Amino acid sequence: MKNAIYYKTKKITINTLIHLFLLSVTVACLYPLLWMVLASLKTQETIFSDISLIPRQFHFENYIHAWKEGGFGRNFLNSIFYTTSVVAGILLVSSLAAYAFSRMRFPGRNILFIIFMAAMMIPIPGSFVALYVLLNKLHLRDTPLGYILCMINVGLATSIFLLKTFFDKMPQELEDAGRMDGCSKLGIWWHVALPLARPVLAVVVVFNALNVWNEYILALIIFDSKHFMPLQVALQKFQGEFVTNYPLLMAGLTITALPIIVVYIFIQKYIIRGVTEGAIVG
Amino acid sequence: MKIKDTLESYAFVLPAVAIFTIFYIVPFIWVLRLGMFDWDGILPTKAFIGFDNFKEIFTLDKSWWQAIRNAGYITLIALTFQNALAFLLAWACDRQIRMKNWYMVIFFIPPILSEIVVGMAWRFIINDVDGANIVNRLLLGLGLPQLVHSWLNDPNTVLTTVALVHSWKGFGWGFLIFLAGLQTIPRELYEVARVDGANAWQSLRSITLPLMVPVVVLVAILTILGTMQAFALIIGLVGGEMAGHTSVPVLRILASMRGSSRFGYACAQSISFGMILVAMSFIQYGCFKKARQGLN
Repeated sequence: MKNAIYYKTKKITINTLIHLFLLSVTVACLYPLLWMVLASLKTQETIFSDISLIPRQFHFENYIHAWKEGGFGRNFLNSIFYTTSVVAGILLVSSLAAYAFSRMRFPGRNILFIIFMAAMMIPIPGSFVALYVLLNKLHLRDTPLGYILCMINVGLATSIFLLKTFFDKMPQELEDAGRMDGCSKLGIWWHVALPLARPVLAVVVVFNALNVWNEYILALIIFDSKHFMPLQVALQKFQGEFVTNYPLLMAGLTITALPIIVVYIFIQKYIIRGVTEGAIVG
Repeated sequence: MKIKDTLESYAFVLPAVAIFTIFYIVPFIWVLRLGMFDWDGILPTKAFIGFDNFKEIFTLDKSWWQAIRNAGYITLIALTFQNALAFLLAWACDRQIRMKNWYMVIFFIPPILSEIVVGMAWRFIINDVDGANIVNRLLLGLGLPQLVHSWLNDPNTVLTTVALVHSWKGFGWGFLIFLAGLQTIPRELYEVARVDGANAWQSLRSITLPLMVPVVVLVAILTILGTMQAFALIIGLVGGEMAGHTSVPVLRILASMRGSSRFGYACAQSISFGMILVAMSFIQYGCFKKARQGLN
């Protein structure tokens, strides 16, 4: 009898310790973000004197300042525009290519696919130097189109790989049925393959969108004009040369980070599954 | 009919191949070629100088090797501290425990944020204005005023601070992969061990760790490749290279290109760095194969 109580106490103690450990890391994860959001509601005067987490007065006008006078609204729309166009481009281009690599026979198929896969493995950390030169030559530097094309290329190889892996498992009968109904190859791709691939397409959308939203280095070297810049690069304008307007900077950071966090909370199941499955397959 | 089929297939892959050729293959070849030129990026003429750029990197450029060392230091902390923390958390979650999904969701928030945002937010949190410095306030609260410190201004602590913030951003990702790996281990193995009288530590050592070797190696390779190339966090956190104390290879390449307008040299730097990265992955992969053979 004593034994049972002993084991129960031991189990409870261990569980409590584990939860304490996990909770302390949770606090360490969330506290800086909470601090960031709440600091964005203080003023430049109170941000360093008011050391309580919750501000005494909520200054929501910081957001209006950042959005309007800081020109941050424009950058926000830029980020949205780049993210959607790059993701749409990747979806179209990679699903067409992946479908062909998986279901069609043509000369050079294997070698082309191998080159794509090699590109996934070889890191070229300084490729931005050459891209800068290339875009200059094409007169695409400091244009949204140049940035969008570069970013489509960034996500291409991985997306083709994911989609091809899926199309390889697609039953041949479905394709044959489509052909019987008089569908062209393009028709089968559109009416049969893409609807089936919806779960994989979702993964492609989520991870590429995250990647484009958070991208920094290409945006930094491609854009000179402030009105083309996405959020990540535009944030620097709140960091003044001498005095940084901290509440505005924090409002800018919140505007940049919050959409990602909110979307993530809604679709976390898919993101977490995507990360873990990707790792186990890879 | 056959020709039409083939042409149709090519039409499917054409957009991908075109974009890939223009924006990947061409820059790739240019980087290789430009590495042998002295060029400021503007003039139409370039001077061919053979391997002089590489000679300079390997013999003269001390700041380059300091950057490699700095990145190596950050990577070392990411490999040990960050991954150990990730593994411990995953191990703690790998059981019937309440709020498990909640922990998973929270721990993966820092990895989805951009390096710039994380860097700038933390810069504000650990800056030197007393009121806002959470870390210093925490130390004061714990009764350790002697440890209060201007973490980002002191050359002795700035790199470690960068590495720790990097770990804050990155551990959740390792955590998820470790947890997924742990959950593939059959529960029966633990049951058998328990019946045989093994305690938690023994079953961790003789069941969990050996079976996790492939996952640990995978996480290690990806940590090295990712951390060696990280740089945006540093721009957000300290604003730049801080006279070399926080310089890393990508920041050096960027400085060669934008600061001193030496495009050829920047390309040579990125070739050397790319080769270092590929070599590191190969060494890791070799160790991985050996470890696997050792297990079987």
